[in-house]
Amino acid sequence: EALVLNDPEFQHEDLNFLSRSQRYEVAIRKSALMVMKLREYGIADPDEIYWFKRMCLGSCVEPLGLHFSMFTNALQNQCTVTQQDKWLPLTYGLQIIGTYAQTEMGHGTHLRGLETTATYDPATQEFILNSPTVTSIKWWPGGLGKTSNYAIVLAQLYTQGQCKGLHAFIVPIRQMGTHEPLPGITVGDIGPKFGYDEMDNGYLKMDNFRIPRENMLMKYAKVEPDGTYVKPLSDKLTYGTMVFIRSLIVGDSARSLCRACTIAIRYSSVRHQSELTPGEPEPQILDYQTQQYKLFPLLATAYAFHCVGAYMKKTYHRITGDINQGNLRELPELHALSAGLKAFTSWTANAGIEECRMACGGHGYSRCSGLPDIYVTFTPSCTYEGENTVMMLQTARFLVKSYTQVSSGQLVSGMVSYLNDLSGQRIQPQQVAARPTAVLINDPASLVEAYKLRASRLVEAAAKNLQAELTRRKSQEDSWNRTSVDLVRASEAHCHYVVVKLFTAQLSEINDAAVHAVMSNLCLLYALYGISKHTGDFLQAGILTNAQVTQVYQRVKELLAAIRPNAVALVDAFDFHDNHLGSVLGRYDGNIYENMFEWAKKSPLNKTEVHESFHKHLKPMQAKL
Amino acid sequence: MAQWNRSGYFRSSVSRDVNPDLEAERRTASFSVERLTAVLDGGADNTRTRRAMEAVIHRDPVFSREKQYFQSQNERYEAAVRKAVRLKEKMLQRGWTENRPETKYFYRALGGDVAFNVHRVFKNSILALGTDEQIAKWIPLAEKYHIIGTYAQTELGHGTFLRGLETTATFDTSTQEFTLNTPRISAMKWWPGDLGRSATHAVVFAQLYVKGECYGLHPFIVQIRSLRDHLPAPGVTVGDIGPKMNFEHIDNGYLMLQSVTIPRENMLGRFSQVLPDGTYMKRGSDKINYLTMIVTRVEMLWVEVIPALQKACTIAVRYSVVRRQSKLNPGEAEAKILDYQTQQQKLLPLLATAYALHFMNAYVNKFYSKGYTEIREGNFDSLPELHALTSGLKAIITDYCTAGAEVCLRACGGHGYSALSGLPFLYTKVAASCTYEGDNTVLFLQTARYLVKCLAAVHAGQPTPPSVAYLSLTNSRKCWVRTEADLLKPDIYAEAYRRRASRLLSTAAAKLQALIQSGAEEYVAWNRCTVQLVQAAKAHCQYIIVKNFIDTVEKLTNEAEIQKIMKHLCDLFALHGIFSNTGDFLHDGYISGDQMDLVTASYLDLLAVIRSDAVPLVDAFDFTDENLNSALGSYDGHVYQRLYEWAQKSPTNQQVSQAYESYLKPLFQGALSKL
Repeated sequence: EALVLNDPEFQHEDLNFLSRSQRYEVAIRKSALMVMKLREYGIADPDEIYWFKRMCLGSCVEPLGLHFSMFTNALQNQCTVTQQDKWLPLTYGLQIIGTYAQTEMGHGTHLRGLETTATYDPATQEFILNSPTVTSIKWWPGGLGKTSNYAIVLAQLYTQGQCKGLHAFIVPIRQMGTHEPLPGITVGDIGPKFGYDEMDNGYLKMDNFRIPRENMLMKYAKVEPDGTYVKPLSDKLTYGTMVFIRSLIVGDSARSLCRACTIAIRYSSVRHQSELTPGEPEPQILDYQTQQYKLFPLLATAYAFHCVGAYMKKTYHRITGDINQGNLRELPELHALSAGLKAFTSWTANAGIEECRMACGGHGYSRCSGLPDIYVTFTPSCTYEGENTVMMLQTARFLVKSYTQVSSGQLVSGMVSYLNDLSGQRIQPQQVAARPTAVLINDPASLVEAYKLRASRLVEAAAKNLQAELTRRKSQEDSWNRTSVDLVRASEAHCHYVVVKLFTAQLSEINDAAVHAVMSNLCLLYALYGISKHTGDFLQAGILTNAQVTQVYQRVKELLAAIRPNAVALVDAFDFHDNHLGSVLGRYDGNIYENMFEWAKKSPLNKTEVHESFHKHLKPMQAKL
Repeated sequence: MAQWNRSGYFRSSVSRDVNPDLEAERRTASFSVERLTAVLDGGADNTRTRRAMEAVIHRDPVFSREKQYFQSQNERYEAAVRKAVRLKEKMLQRGWTENRPETKYFYRALGGDVAFNVHRVFKNSILALGTDEQIAKWIPLAEKYHIIGTYAQTELGHGTFLRGLETTATFDTSTQEFTLNTPRISAMKWWPGDLGRSATHAVVFAQLYVKGECYGLHPFIVQIRSLRDHLPAPGVTVGDIGPKMNFEHIDNGYLMLQSVTIPRENMLGRFSQVLPDGTYMKRGSDKINYLTMIVTRVEMLWVEVIPALQKACTIAVRYSVVRRQSKLNPGEAEAKILDYQTQQQKLLPLLATAYALHFMNAYVNKFYSKGYTEIREGNFDSLPELHALTSGLKAIITDYCTAGAEVCLRACGGHGYSALSGLPFLYTKVAASCTYEGDNTVLFLQTARYLVKCLAAVHAGQPTPPSVAYLSLTNSRKCWVRTEADLLKPDIYAEAYRRRASRLLSTAAAKLQALIQSGAEEYVAWNRCTVQLVQAAKAHCQYIIVKNFIDTVEKLTNEAEIQKIMKHLCDLFALHGIFSNTGDFLHDGYISGDQMDLVTASYLDLLAVIRSDAVPLVDAFDFTDENLNSALGSYDGHVYQRLYEWAQKSPTNQQVSQAYESYLKPLFQGALSKL
């Protein structure tokens, strides 16, 4: 970190006052500089690269991001050795900058629906690429608009008159030397978005654009010179990459929420408002119960998601080892779980960031708070790498499958093993959770049980509703669709259980007594707050009584008061540098008002004392009236 | 490919060339869209007037929003000033005053995207707080824009809590002047609109000091810029507060005053005055002050907040029948995404909410007009109820609309994030409404305070105003619902909402009472109950909205088809509210677990019923394409063509960036030889 902080070339600029074109240019400059510096300092360890990048770019978005991740990754994993020899050195040397062009204007999640075609011409041994309709224009890939000169394009492969499905091709899009688009290529920026101003998300349209046969990525599937198609062996392995990317998003959910909480909690301890006690000075707004109720559950959530992120990363690394040894047993569950957790954490963090912003009153709305930026940068993760509702339904599919296994007498393992308990209950007419349970609302372990019961009840209810629909209708898909609201609820309950479980498990690993005490309170708050927000589920399933629900509400309020004294320390522990936080309201030193004034003076509207609009519009009008 | 090269930017409202997917939706409407529009407008005459006003705006290129999404803060500010000036010209030409319905439709058509809105607040505050002489002096100047005013209340360190404001105005008997000062940085005026670049004058709220004694907050007219060259007046530091999440067309400003003197006559003196010898005089009640706040809240809901949700629904619903994704049945074409239950569950309850809020707002306007007349005549009886009602409704309606606009944004997949969808603009703008004109949590607590008082009155056997009369009804123990059909009876769900509101309020009030009796100071007890009190106030507002929706539907007897679909929407709104807050309704056993399963089933069935009328229901909001300004939501549904054409206009595609020459080219060197 110090390396970057002390380097004058990385001096942090405030992007808030720049136009999109300017922000793009700053981002490119930083990326280019960063690449040079990494070489110069010889930094090669992936973790070090990560920290270095984080410091260089701050919270800034990187137009070269897809080049380093998806483009390079695809070349490494899907190229033959010959292809690797040709492309990888150019990629590492950044002589070619690539992007990954999959999504089309009219097609996202449903990959089979993509329309771009690659037709093999054996006469010239070339593929002819076409965007046959408006809807088939590649749309959204990052770095495509202005930065990249190459793209990996996903297209429907046609050879010998037959469609062989989606395949990946290396396509040059801009002229070396001039950077002009090549003939047959139409490429550009898709225009302003909700955030991501620095990123040139782009469009790409191809008209009879020819590339040599060798530009198809041929590690798995192949097209022979005569046009013969050779099928790939298995495609289950792509699960691994997806799990990895989703685990990154879970980590990002935690980090973004941590940043937002840091800003809101520090500001709330500096801002004074109204009076609690007549005659006394205005109190810190963090002393208001309503303010604590907005922020502390989010703080607890931030810590909870931090655990989940760490767990996902660890599990991914463990399972990668297994996969390399050919053991794919755990992969389906992890794949299903990662989908749901990605959706669960990103939805929650998304709403939480906005809550933090609104908890900062009017000033939260100013870009100087940094919160609008955190929000717009984070919120697309609810959609990219798998739309959240679709993700929840993927998890649901796995849950229903596991439920069906249990119903047919098999045992299931892993996070869904609680479904095994259902088998003993099945003969009884009443609901699973109707058995007597004594939930202890001060015991995290007991709360994990409560969440488990809720999940199993909702999974069972969804599975039964699905079964009922199936007996009434012919189509599987139709029945599934008519149950999907129930299924999403079941997935959410499952994910919620997993998060409470992981957070609780984390407590036992803390040795420091004081830290343990405060983390226990956070963990309890997380679990109890979640119950208070879903009391209906717990009441309806008979997991909690009315009296217990009232106790839960009461306990939540007591915990708010208990956490209050440590609130600032708990966000300081996230250890964000002021540059990285990018917020006047969230400054470590709390000197917000002077710095807001300094910041505002830089506004483009303040460049001249009298704005040109006065001369152009106001003065003439006043003369006329 | 014929549709490919459409060059017209907006032509869809009159175009016959409609995307067949969208056309099919319109053919099966169960009611007349035109008649529903008339119902929403409060009569076909109003619809005609509104459309005529919109046409005036859309014909004039000055009001074009074509470049809006590509403009910088400076450009947007300039456009807003240009529009305000043109609007003034139009009004003068036609002789319209601010209060004419035509003018209101103008503002609505512009969606508030015009400068000098706070100039109107400036005028209103002089009208409400000034003496007749002050009104005669300042209002004509303001009317003609010879001066532009702003309303400077909020400070950098102080918002809602007015007594905490720090700006001072000290009277000097020897010069007969007030001296205004900003004693420290947290006392700088911060946020007032039109202040940063435009305003020449401001109504400044400051603590009044005479002969060493503080008399509390009072309003003063202060000149802040020269009328000659627009430079700041001596002692005045003024500027723009910088970029925000949206509202970049407004120059929200800061203002620092260092020994700025103004004549004694510049203190607005309808309710209090300082005499030449320094005697402070108070006269009459300044409760009318509340009225300014109420006016502003009622207006913003109608002009900006509720339309934001209606527009977001229009865009998302239209896009959802044009966008196809995956297959519902093997062998068929990809399904419209609105056919997925999960998509219906996101959008259709919002559509019902948009209607519920529209009708609620119509009621509030009526209630408010009646109260306004009484209050102006000196009868303040309805003021507390009006204040409590508008506070709570402002909070819940802005909450609903903000959350709803965001759901619409995310319901449009990736394209929702494109500025060209119009949704980021709608969302970031409406999101501000949760904090301006009163932070929502504070407003809910104001309503709660009123409710607690009313409950005490009920217990004491005193009469209560109509909107809270329900608190005195006795509660039945169990809900008697046995079938899904029972749940479609308005009496049933109205009663469930009523009971819930009543129970949450009683519980909170009892807790408050218990804490006070156990010796806690009242303000400590209050703070410890605020989470519950907010919940109670929300439940109260939700009950009022449901009840009003039911009453509105009942009155639609002349429009059988419209009444039918509105009844479905009302049912959906009510059942969705129960479905989303099951705990509140299950808590005391009023609704049983089995009954709750019926609620869920009934709610899900309604989604499918409303699905078939979804597009006609958004069409009835009758927003022009120019007003929506969305590539995804246009009437003709040519989503993809428009996205592609609009993207070409982005400055990033038209201006040359230095990024390639300066930074990328050096990286690419040497590749030519290897490829």
